[in-house]
Amino acid sequence: MKAPLVQLKKINQVYGKGEKQFPALKHIDLQIREGEFVALVGPSGCGKSTLLRIITGLQKASSGVVNYKGAPLKGVNKEATIVFQTFGLFPWFNVIENVELALADRDMPAKMKTARATEAIDRVGLDGYEMAYPRELSGGMRQKTGFARAIVAEPELLCLDEPFSALDVMSAESLRGELLELWSEGKLPTKAILLVTHNIEEAVFMADRIVVMDKNPGRVIHELMVGLPHPRNRKHAEFQLMVDQVYSLLAGQTQPEYLEYGTAPGEPGITRKLPDVPIANIASLLEGLIEHNNKDVDLYKLADEFGHDSDSVLMATEACELLGFVDVKQGDVSITPLGQTYAEASITARKEIFAARVKRIPIFSWLINLLSSSDERKIERPVLLAALELEFHPEEAEIQIDVLINWGRYAEEFVYDDTNETIYLE
Amino acid sequence: MVVLGLVSILYAGVWLASRAPAIVSAPEISTSPAALPFYAFFSFLRMLAAYILSVAFTLVYGRAASQNRRAEKIMMPILDILQSVPILSFLPVVVLALRAILPQGIAAELSSVVLIFTSQVWNMTFAWYQSLNTIPKDLSEAAAVNNLTKWHRFTLLEFPFGTISFIWNSMMSWAGGWFFLMAAEIFTVGDKDFRLPGLGSFLHEASDKGDFTAIVQGVVTLVLMIVILDQLVWRPLLAWSDKFKLEMTTGAEPPKSWFYSLLKNSNLVKWFDNRVLKPLISRADKKISRRSTPIEIHSEPGKGGIIGKVVPVAVIGLILFGISSGAVMLSNLTLSEWSGVFEGLVMTFLRVFVTLLIAFLWTVPVGVLIATNRKAAEVLQPLVQILAAVPATALFPVVLLFFLSLPFGMNLASILLMLMGTQWYILFNVIAGASAIPTDLKNTATLLHLKGFKKWRMLILPALFPYLITGAIAAGGGAWNASVVAEFVSFNGKTVVTGGIGATISQATAEGNFPLLLAATLIMVVTVALINRTVWRRLYNLAEDRFRID
Repeated sequence: MKAPLVQLKKINQVYGKGEKQFPALKHIDLQIREGEFVALVGPSGCGKSTLLRIITGLQKASSGVVNYKGAPLKGVNKEATIVFQTFGLFPWFNVIENVELALADRDMPAKMKTARATEAIDRVGLDGYEMAYPRELSGGMRQKTGFARAIVAEPELLCLDEPFSALDVMSAESLRGELLELWSEGKLPTKAILLVTHNIEEAVFMADRIVVMDKNPGRVIHELMVGLPHPRNRKHAEFQLMVDQVYSLLAGQTQPEYLEYGTAPGEPGITRKLPDVPIANIASLLEGLIEHNNKDVDLYKLADEFGHDSDSVLMATEACELLGFVDVKQGDVSITPLGQTYAEASITARKEIFAARVKRIPIFSWLINLLSSSDERKIERPVLLAALELEFHPEEAEIQIDVLINWGRYAEEFVYDDTNETIYLE
Repeated sequence: MVVLGLVSILYAGVWLASRAPAIVSAPEISTSPAALPFYAFFSFLRMLAAYILSVAFTLVYGRAASQNRRAEKIMMPILDILQSVPILSFLPVVVLALRAILPQGIAAELSSVVLIFTSQVWNMTFAWYQSLNTIPKDLSEAAAVNNLTKWHRFTLLEFPFGTISFIWNSMMSWAGGWFFLMAAEIFTVGDKDFRLPGLGSFLHEASDKGDFTAIVQGVVTLVLMIVILDQLVWRPLLAWSDKFKLEMTTGAEPPKSWFYSLLKNSNLVKWFDNRVLKPLISRADKKISRRSTPIEIHSEPGKGGIIGKVVPVAVIGLILFGISSGAVMLSNLTLSEWSGVFEGLVMTFLRVFVTLLIAFLWTVPVGVLIATNRKAAEVLQPLVQILAAVPATALFPVVLLFFLSLPFGMNLASILLMLMGTQWYILFNVIAGASAIPTDLKNTATLLHLKGFKKWRMLILPALFPYLITGAIAAGGGAWNASVVAEFVSFNGKTVVTGGIGATISQATAEGNFPLLLAATLIMVVTVALINRTVWRRLYNLAEDRFRID
């Protein structure tokens, strides 16, 4: 059998030095074979974009091997290209100049470069816009330019880094369809496509194989084949079953209580991160569940009705589960009596319920203890940050503090003064 | 049209050259108006040479600092310190070093260029370094996955991205250069007297003689040159660079330039561009590109090669050598000299303080008026622009004529000079800040019937705060630096001094008293750095945190 196009062996990515080390990616083994359309899905922060950068050689892994066609990859992979979430277009170049950029350092006559760029622009359906500047284009057209630039390079490996998530629903959908058409009809010179996305439905819609990643640390938890023929129908039972399956992999993996809640910072064991979710989303998720007459609801359906992406639904679910407002079993969510009370309560009653529940979470009660044991019942943000940095990556520690403050303010457990960056116990 | 212009400029050049009076090449500086065009031209060439040097330094230094994380940790603080060293303090070092290896004439000429260079270069380097570090990640990665060479990364990404800030900073640098031209063309180090033919020395000589007509002629020539450069070089460049702006939305009015439109629409220029310029550029581009290597995205830390090991060692060695020989020098100073330096420090500090206070008092109301009142803006805007373009040092003799007869005249005059040199930083920031107040906030203020003092306290001043701080940092630094020329002036045949650390620096330079020069410079640099760290940095952070409107 031929060597796979890309082979990752025991990839680890670690940030920080010495004691403050945080694994971003752990023991990743992955293969991408010729002719495959692989999707990498997972919640934000699971390291899927980092993995894509490691595969293309933009970033070097802390340890592990990246093989390309059987040989270790050195530097940036010349046979790969990326379509970026934020397009990566140079604002001072027009469409054709941006596309020609991919050929800037190829040894071919200028006329041939222009001809090939024009042809690629035609292929994505942007003809007529060659001379337009990115700022004159809609989001969808900008991303078409991004695709044209990727196509013209004729890469063996085409990497898509959340290419549709910055677009409006309509242009995203039509662009997905067009890409699939080019790919399945063999109009792309590409040997394999790797799509990174947090949109589970998108992955099921497009890919042949889905690699599911989870966070803390970033790791592959499952791989599954999507055997459905193209074009796929989202309403189809098989399709929805598949989506449900991925959701249940990511949400509500039943864990023993000590893992579920985590331990307080400084204690042995892993400190559970609080999901960075607006308080309002908790209530709207619960209200959505009540509309379903308290039956078990599939998570992906909620995502649909919510008009939110799967990521934010997963996070809101995680928060509700942590607070004891919902039960999650294999992708199905059911509201608990407490959740029902919360959803139907007045604003002040909601706050009381929230406060009572949130104090059961170790990281939160740890902070309350810290505050009440200090002389003036206050703590400065930098002090808190230093403590949390022993548990989390520095950026994550900042996010956790913001979530703690946000939740604590809502629960009326403490106040925060941004001017002197201090948290006071109420 | 363009052809006619070219021909007339050529003709004027030839005509001037054929009529050059003998006096221009003489070592004495003439104050006759016939010499003015030549002097202006020489000064321009010096500025140009210094500018080219600045650009080269900026590109090399900025690149090195942004590419190597370890070098960055040493290089940026060094730049920060160099930036606050008053340029006249560089003078003896530069002159003596060059004198040691070159004949007098060339050494003087080169010293002058290097001096102007030190007044131009730092802000450009900082701005360039900052652009290199703020290139959006997706653009930088796009360049890497498309396998661009380092050369193409520079020409297609870094240069376009940094162009606008580069042009603005170049304009600022030229303004700074004109300001110090007076000091850079005529100077004394110890018993050596250096004079170079140029506009700066012309003005200096004229004020030394007390020749008022010559002063006016010199100032008019200078202003004329600045206006011509602005119209024929900077405005067109700004109009051209508009295409490099990063915003993805079409927004504010693009900068306009009549000269740029003229060039753009000229058939001759089009022909030249298509037939000569473009082929030449593309051929050169191909040649360089072939030799350039692909971008390295992750350089292995700790493997800097021989250069990476030798350079830090050499730098540290030099610094140690500098510290030890500096310490020896400083030990020669008497106690009274030290106390004189500190006394001067306090006096200059007070002057800088008063300068900033006066600047705030008038620029805030005027700036807000210009930003909010269309009619006032139409009258004041052009006036302010021309006034700001005139280097304060050129007008200084006129100011002196007026003030020296008053009690505390020199004290007032030096504050005025510092003010003339630095108030514009604050004014332009106030205008920018007041124009940026969002309309919805203004409407809210109107709906709440906020008026007069209350409106200022609750809306205008908080909104201006970040801009005021930015302006004050630049103005404060500039005022300290200007004290060197403001506290020690030779005028009408005699030297006028007012006590201050700037005067100490000038005097020590003129007398060749190096220990004193070193001491005064060090004290001033440390003071400026301390003020920046303790006062301005904090206020700046506060402004960023609480008053930034996005």
